[in-house]
Amino acid sequence: MLKQRAETLGVHVILIAYSLLAIGPILLVVMNSFKARNAIFGAPLAPPDATTFSLVGYTKVFHASHIVTYFTNSLIITLVSMGLVLLFGAMAAWALTEYRFRGSTALAIFLSIGIMVPIRLGSVAIVKMMRTAGLNDTLTALILIYVAQGLPMSIFILSEFVQQIPKDLRDAARCDGVPETRIFFEVIAPLLRPAIATVAVFTIVPIWNDLWFPLILTSSDSTHTITLGVQQFLGQYITDWNSVLAALSMAILPVVAIYVIFSRQLIGGLTAGAVK
Amino acid sequence: MASLSIDALNKSYGETKVLIDIDLAIDQGEFVVLVGPSGCGKSTLLRMIAGLDAPTSGDIVIAGRKVNALAPAERRIAMVFQSYALYPHMDVRKNMTFGLKFTGVPAAERDKRVAEAARMLRLEPLLARYPRDLSGGQRQRVAIGRAIVREPDVFLFDEPLSNLDAALRVSTRVEIARLHRLLKATIVYVTHDQIEAMTLADRIVVMNQGRIEQIGKPLDLYYEPANLFVAGFIGSPAMNFFDVKVSRIEGGSALVDGPCVAPLTVPAGSLAQGDSATIGVRPEHLTIGGAGSLATTGQVELVERLGEASFAHVRRADDKLIVAEVRGRDTPAAGDVISLAAPAQDVHVFDAAGRRLVTAESQ
Repeated sequence: MLKQRAETLGVHVILIAYSLLAIGPILLVVMNSFKARNAIFGAPLAPPDATTFSLVGYTKVFHASHIVTYFTNSLIITLVSMGLVLLFGAMAAWALTEYRFRGSTALAIFLSIGIMVPIRLGSVAIVKMMRTAGLNDTLTALILIYVAQGLPMSIFILSEFVQQIPKDLRDAARCDGVPETRIFFEVIAPLLRPAIATVAVFTIVPIWNDLWFPLILTSSDSTHTITLGVQQFLGQYITDWNSVLAALSMAILPVVAIYVIFSRQLIGGLTAGAVK
Repeated sequence: MASLSIDALNKSYGETKVLIDIDLAIDQGEFVVLVGPSGCGKSTLLRMIAGLDAPTSGDIVIAGRKVNALAPAERRIAMVFQSYALYPHMDVRKNMTFGLKFTGVPAAERDKRVAEAARMLRLEPLLARYPRDLSGGQRQRVAIGRAIVREPDVFLFDEPLSNLDAALRVSTRVEIARLHRLLKATIVYVTHDQIEAMTLADRIVVMNQGRIEQIGKPLDLYYEPANLFVAGFIGSPAMNFFDVKVSRIEGGSALVDGPCVAPLTVPAGSLAQGDSATIGVRPEHLTIGGAGSLATTGQVELVERLGEASFAHVRRADDKLIVAEVRGRDTPAAGDVISLAAPAQDVHVFDAAGRRLVTAESQ
């Protein structure tokens, strides 16, 4: 009993320490984004008070840059990529577990290789390919890359969940005369909701935060993403910390919002009542 | 006209033969139960009738149409699964109408059918509920309702009562029998429970290791089992068997003799002198201390009391256990040495291959 308690306590201490470590820098960024320039450098660890409080960073960001465009771009890219990854991922997971066809095993292996090979290795080839295809400096190029990047993991995770759906449900739907596509969209997909939410969270975070591909593939202000846009405040000689911190603080919000939305779906037991 | 017929059906997975030369014809409105131990192929046969598995060879004909190449939905069948297989994210009404949407049943007709099925199965108060809020028996009724609204030519039931508790199993069994009378539907019903088979079936198909052992009316199987397997499978507790040898053939009779059983004259049939044979007698036909042509003795090891009858487990001198049914309150006690006897007409004789000898007397 006592030992168990000590173990629980130990686990919690470690988790709390880790949480502080993870939240600390974020808290610093958000805190300092509301402070005047002198206060940021004078007392970086102090929270803003009446004398140091300033919204100068936010005003500058909104007036002097294309932040709204950057935000819109990031949102479009992230949401469209996420949608495609989830749609194709779930469909592929269903097909690979449900149907046996020539080359299905080879295809499954090919797709899982994608988990192990980092997509950045192909950067040069990707830039060449996009240029040839005339997609250089477009959001489409980024969306295509992120879909390719996110698919392998989502297929892998969703396949596991598809296997847990009772086979009788699919058989019952077939006997009922439900067409195969409808079985997927109206019987299987709704039951995959918790898994899809998990994969959604997994997928959007690296896309939203990615700096590399926007950096090498976009050149105009109209296609920059928020992570890339922030870089314009980081100069070689002077860095506008107010603006950088303000832009970064705002960049956190959408991801948090999406996470909150999806975490509601992260509840198990959706199949309760299907089978005994 | 046969509502469902199966001709020379075979199914193998690689080298493993799951079903071997299955022939079966089921009449319109007949309730046929496929029964057998687990792994005998009865569920596979049902899934092939449904179109969920493809046969390796052979034909399946439903209502005069060869359906081998047809999808489950085109076969005009409806299946009820052991696990109910209700759509968890749809309420009861939606569960029943979901499939109808795709088979071109107009909305008004759908509502009419659901209302009718709900009335029959007393599901009206549950129509707006979700499967997770239903009890096991209610879920099974919804699954049956989903089958009824399809108005199929053939109903397929795959062990529908296995997940229910004992009391519910009995009441749902009665419900299914009532529905069959009401709908006059052709039903193929798979179970491993011989009581379900005996109580529900017009005809029982006993299966073992991928083959049909015998097809017949419940009481015919009980009184005239075709072979040792059926004799041992139908009836509870199982029939007692004695290994014997034919010591003499005289006229139409054979004298058989074996360990722990008094020499006994049986109709000779195809037996020859020196053949080994098996004689069988059901527990309910053995009487303690009575006179009969089959006689044996042993020590009572255990008495199971059921109320209307008790089962005495008797250890014979050759260490084999036989079971005798004792009616009434006067049961033997453990440790008693008793003698048991059965009249000739209740003794079954099986040849060395396990086939029951058909004699003038036994018919």
